[in-house]
Amino acid sequence: MRHSDLKTALTDRAAKVFIGVLFSAVILVALLNLLVPVDSALHVSSYTVTLLGKYLCYALLALALDLVWGFGGILSLGHGAFFALGGYAMGMYLMRQIGDRGVYGNPNLPDFMVFLNWKELPWYWQASDHFGLTLLLVGLAPGLLAFVFGWLAFRSRVTGVYLSIITQALTYALMLAFFRNEFGFGGNNGLTDFKDILGFSLQADSTRVALLIATALALAGAFVLCRWITGSRLGRVTLAVRDGESRARFLGYRTEHYKLWIFTLSAVLAGIAGALYVPQVGIINPGEFSPLNSIELVVWVAVGGRATLYGAVIGAILVNYGKTVFTGVMPEAWLFALGGLFVAVTVFLPQGLVGLASDLLKRKRRTPPTAPQTTNKESPHEPA
Amino acid sequence: MSRPDSLPNAVRDTFRRDQVFSPLRSGVRPVQPGELDARGKYILYMEEITVSFDGFKALNDLTLYIEPGELRCIIGPNGAGKSTMMDVITGKTRPDHGTCYFGQTLDLTRLSETDIATAGIGRKFQKPTVFPEHTALENLELAMAGPKGPWQALLAPITGEQRDWMASTLDTVGLLAERDRPAGALSHGQKQWLEIAMVLMQKPRLLLVDEPIAGMTRQEVERTGELLQSLAGEHSVMVVEHDMEFIRSIANTVTVLHQGSVLAEGRMQDVQNDAKVIEVYLGENVES
Repeated sequence: MRHSDLKTALTDRAAKVFIGVLFSAVILVALLNLLVPVDSALHVSSYTVTLLGKYLCYALLALALDLVWGFGGILSLGHGAFFALGGYAMGMYLMRQIGDRGVYGNPNLPDFMVFLNWKELPWYWQASDHFGLTLLLVGLAPGLLAFVFGWLAFRSRVTGVYLSIITQALTYALMLAFFRNEFGFGGNNGLTDFKDILGFSLQADSTRVALLIATALALAGAFVLCRWITGSRLGRVTLAVRDGESRARFLGYRTEHYKLWIFTLSAVLAGIAGALYVPQVGIINPGEFSPLNSIELVVWVAVGGRATLYGAVIGAILVNYGKTVFTGVMPEAWLFALGGLFVAVTVFLPQGLVGLASDLLKRKRRTPPTAPQTTNKESPHEPA
Repeated sequence: MSRPDSLPNAVRDTFRRDQVFSPLRSGVRPVQPGELDARGKYILYMEEITVSFDGFKALNDLTLYIEPGELRCIIGPNGAGKSTMMDVITGKTRPDHGTCYFGQTLDLTRLSETDIATAGIGRKFQKPTVFPEHTALENLELAMAGPKGPWQALLAPITGEQRDWMASTLDTVGLLAERDRPAGALSHGQKQWLEIAMVLMQKPRLLLVDEPIAGMTRQEVERTGELLQSLAGEHSVMVVEHDMEFIRSIANTVTVLHQGSVLAEGRMQDVQNDAKVIEVYLGENVES
C-alpha cells in the first residue's frame, strides 16, 4: 500500500515512460513539420499534425472515461456531452475572435445571429470575449452539469444500466437542444469558420504545432493527476465503491460523495479535451452530442483496457487510427467493424489489449524451467 | 443568544427525556449530537420492533437489550428473523413500528447506514464481503475509523500510528503474514478473520457478527471462539450462529428467536432445557 502524493505520481515509472513516449512522438512530429522542407520525404504534413492532435484529444477524453468507468465502475454512455460542452465553450471564444471578418461583417454579432435577426449578444455569450473566462467556462460548464446530474443520480442510488441509460438520455437531450436555432449556439451548423486564437492564425503551421503541444501537455498533466488520485486513499475507496458499494457504505463512506467527486472531475477533463479539439478540427456542431460518439468512446476504453489509465490512451489512439484508415478504404463498413471489435473485446479480451499484453508477459516469465520457484508467487489470484 | 428561537429551544431541551435537569449534572461532559451516550444500563435497546414484508412478519414485537461489554449469542431456526434484526440495527431495514436506540440518544430507526457505522456499530456479514482486489492491509485501511470524505482521502496521508494500529489488528487475527496479498486470494476462514479485523478498525462499541465460523476448519473455529471472547468486555458482541457446539463453547447469555420474536433468553444450560426451545429448535440437535 502506498499513499502517493503529487511528487511520487510525477516520478513513478509509469508516468515517466508515459510522458517520455508522448513527448518524444509529439516533438518529433513538430520538428519534422516545421523544420524539414515540404518536398522532403521526411516532412510531416500539417494534416498529420492536426490528426495527431485530434487523437490526443480523444486520448484525454478516454482517460476521463476510464477514471469513472474503470476505477469508479460508473459506465457513462454520455461522456461525449461533457466533451462537446467544453468544445462549445471554446468555439464561442473562437467565434468572438472572428470579429467583423464574418460574411456579414458585423463586428458585434456572430454570423448566425445576424442571419437570425438577433439584435444583441445573449448574456451567456458575454464571457466568451475573454480567453481567461473561456478557460473557466471550459471547466465550469461540463463540471457543473456533471455535478448537478451526479448529485441527483447518485443520491437517489441510481446505478448500473439505469445510470448508463440516463447518461445516454442526457447527451441525446442536449443534442436536440443544441440543434435548435433559438438555443443560441448556431443550431444545425454549429460554430465554425474560425480565424484565429489569441491572435495567432489557426491555419498557420506553427499554431497547429502549438495546439498539438498544448494537447500533449494537457494529456500528460491529466495522466499524472489521475495517477495521483488512483494511487491515493481516494482511489482505493473509489475502487471499493466499485467492487462493493453497500459494503463501503457500512464502513461509513458516503459513497455518493466519492462517485460525485470522480464523476465531476472526469467531466471537467472531458471538457478540456473538447476545448482542445475544436480549434484543431475547426468546427463544433450538435453532432458531437450524438449518443454514438459516447458509445464509440466506451469502445476505445474497452479495447485498450480498463482501470489502467494508459490502456485508455492506447485504445483511443489505436481505434481512431483504425477508423482513419478504415473509413478511407471502405467507409460504409466502419460501424460494423466497430461493433465487431466491441463484441470481440468483450468476449475474448475483457481486460483489453493491456490485459492481453500483461498476460503474455506473465506467461513468458513463467515458462523458463530455470525459475520454477517463482511460480507460486506469480499466481496469487488462485484461491488457496 | 439573540436568535428568536433560542428560548423555545432552551425550554425544549429542559424537557428532553435524556437531558432532564442536565444543568445539575455538573462535571459531566454533555453528549454531542451523533455521539454515543453509553451511560445507561444497556447499550442497545430494541423495543416492540415489527417488520413485515408483504404481510409476512419477519420480526414480530421483538424486544431485546444488550449490555455494554456483553457477548450475546442469538440462535434460531431459519426465518426466525436473525438477519432482519441485524438489518434493523444497521439501518438497512426500517421497522414498521417499535423503537431501536443505540445508547441513550441515537435513534437507529432514523439514522442512515453510514451514520450508524460512524456512531460505533460494526457488522460482519454472513458471506465474507472483503474487497477482493485490495490487499489485506488496504482492506483495513478502508475500514479504519477516521474522516471519510473524498478530500481527506486524497490529501491526508496515513500516519505511522495508524500503520501500527493496522499491523497490530492484522496480528490479532493472525493475518500479518498475508498483509500484501489480495484479499480475494485468502482462504475462506482468513476472509472471515479479515472481515472481523475490518470491523475492529471501525472502533465499534457494538459488533454484530453473522455466522462467523461458516466454512472454517476445527482449529479455525477454536481460534475464532477465543477471538470473540477476547473482544467482549471492551466491545459488546452479538453473534448469530447455527453451530450449537460453538455457541455452547463461547456463550454466556443466549437469546432464542422464533418467528420474529424472543422465545427464550438466559444462560445456555437453562435455554437448552426450556421445553419450548427444545420443541422448535434444539430438539433436532439434541436427538441427533
